[in-house]
Amino acid sequence: MISKKDVEHIALLSRLSLTEEEKERYQKELSSILDYVNKLKEINTDDIIPTAHVIDLKNVFREDEVIPSMDRDKVLANAKEKQNGCFKVPRIIE
Amino acid sequence: MLYELTAKEIKALIEKKEVSAKEVVESYFQRIEEVENKVEAYLTLCREEAFKKAEEIDEKVKRGENLGELAGVPVAIKDNMCTEGIRTTCASRILEDFIPPYDATVVERLKRADAIIIGKTNMDEFAMGSSTENSAFKKTRNPWDLETVPGGSSGGSAASVSAGEACMALGSDTGGSIRQPASLCGIVGLKPTYGLVSRYGLVAFASSLDQIGPMTKDVSDCALMLNVIAGKDERDMTSVLFDKPDYTSFLGMSIKGVRIGIPKEFYKEGIEEGVKQRIMEALKTLEDLGAKIEEISLSYADYALATYYIIAPAEASSNLARYDGIRYGYLTENYTDLRELYMKTRSEGFGREVKRRIMLGTYVLSSGYYDAYYKKALKVRTLIKKDFDKAFGKVDLIVTPTSPTVAFKIGEKAEDPLKMYLADIFTVPVNIAGVPAISIPCGFSDGLPVGLQIIGKPLDEPNILKVSYAYEQASGYYRLKPNI
Repeated sequence: MISKKDVEHIALLSRLSLTEEEKERYQKELSSILDYVNKLKEINTDDIIPTAHVIDLKNVFREDEVIPSMDRDKVLANAKEKQNGCFKVPRIIE
Repeated sequence: MLYELTAKEIKALIEKKEVSAKEVVESYFQRIEEVENKVEAYLTLCREEAFKKAEEIDEKVKRGENLGELAGVPVAIKDNMCTEGIRTTCASRILEDFIPPYDATVVERLKRADAIIIGKTNMDEFAMGSSTENSAFKKTRNPWDLETVPGGSSGGSAASVSAGEACMALGSDTGGSIRQPASLCGIVGLKPTYGLVSRYGLVAFASSLDQIGPMTKDVSDCALMLNVIAGKDERDMTSVLFDKPDYTSFLGMSIKGVRIGIPKEFYKEGIEEGVKQRIMEALKTLEDLGAKIEEISLSYADYALATYYIIAPAEASSNLARYDGIRYGYLTENYTDLRELYMKTRSEGFGREVKRRIMLGTYVLSSGYYDAYYKKALKVRTLIKKDFDKAFGKVDLIVTPTSPTVAFKIGEKAEDPLKMYLADIFTVPVNIAGVPAISIPCGFSDGLPVGLQIIGKPLDEPNILKVSYAYEQASGYYRLKPNI
């Protein structure tokens, strides 16, 4: 069983804020899912190489050709806050 | 009625000038008018764009120009694939008003083949779910029984094809999201080999598992659509360069001597009796057609679901970190600093299941747990993949049920995430190994469709389609339509 403090820590790392009720629910649900996945511990994987990707890809190269980028207006079209052709964000550096 | 025809039939009629693309589109929108309020398969309809494209095609016919491979065929697109100028929501509040500035490669290829995009379909939010109940906007119903779910996450795409609201549809499959809804709605759904179809413009969920594929009325249409969407794309570095065959050329070939394996681990327990019976009958049919059936073992299959629920959330937590409210998507109203902007935007924008998976993924990747969970899962992934390699040394194809049950009642599994996850127990190992698999209709249990899953070697879609077609023609189940 993971603790409520664990849930709060993961939520912060995930940039999610949870209500008290959500914290309790996720504590229960995440614990039961983790209990289930813990069955992997039954398998001895000492000398096994991990597979991150099923295709054995080496570096994929292409020619470095200059092609036009997307129009600035198009790039900004979906942003809620913008100014002078830029995305606008809250002040980060004091 | 035109909406009852397959893509192959529609294209032939348009080429012979017996019907116009406009008439086809009219028939489909009339059908949508009739049944959409019951099925609720769509999030967005593209009426105007569809009629405009139909006009273009009819002009081409008039001028005697060459027509594309899917000329005049109405296609529905799952709402996690970008369509330029058309809202693409992923069934999430966080993308509720997102209008993509470009087309996904698959959409571009469909347009180039003269297909007509008629709408964007409902899904589980960010493709996370097995019932389409996790959509932030609506619940889609199974056309065979409106009290039951259509499956998921591509539930809207499956229901639209099953109900005759689209001629064919695109779905995406990370752990079964094409095959399971295809099975529950009684249609054909193919998850191609990982890398066969470009993922450019597909909203990422778990990048090492996601794959786009056809959802169609029959196997011929599946091959037709695969011809259009498969192939290397410079914009997706994981797409594979290979000699692309004409997938329709394998239909009608004899399946005599094809070796089919039945993994004994899959037939142990937890399969509904009615489903089991239909699968046994299907194996008998395949045997009658000349296939050789033998028992095989996939000894790590029991661990695939646990492996999946570490790898998929881990990749999702990383992929979904991009939703920050700044460049596109939902932005919260009041905030004082950047962290508050992130926290509020994401908490208000994501639904319950998506948050659950982001946190699960964050946990298994976090310091102190990475080795115990994530790395462990990647090692088991190696074992699962080796299992398949070994099996395919003995047999050409592997047959299992697609889903252990037929369509379940809306709400039945919604409160228990683990119970819902078990719906994908037979489909998940396929994504873990990156191999291709199809679901085709193989009869009914309690009046609801059962699906047969046929799994192949990497890039062996030809064999899958050949055997699927032979079975389909012999059994005839694909001709049965829901009475709606």
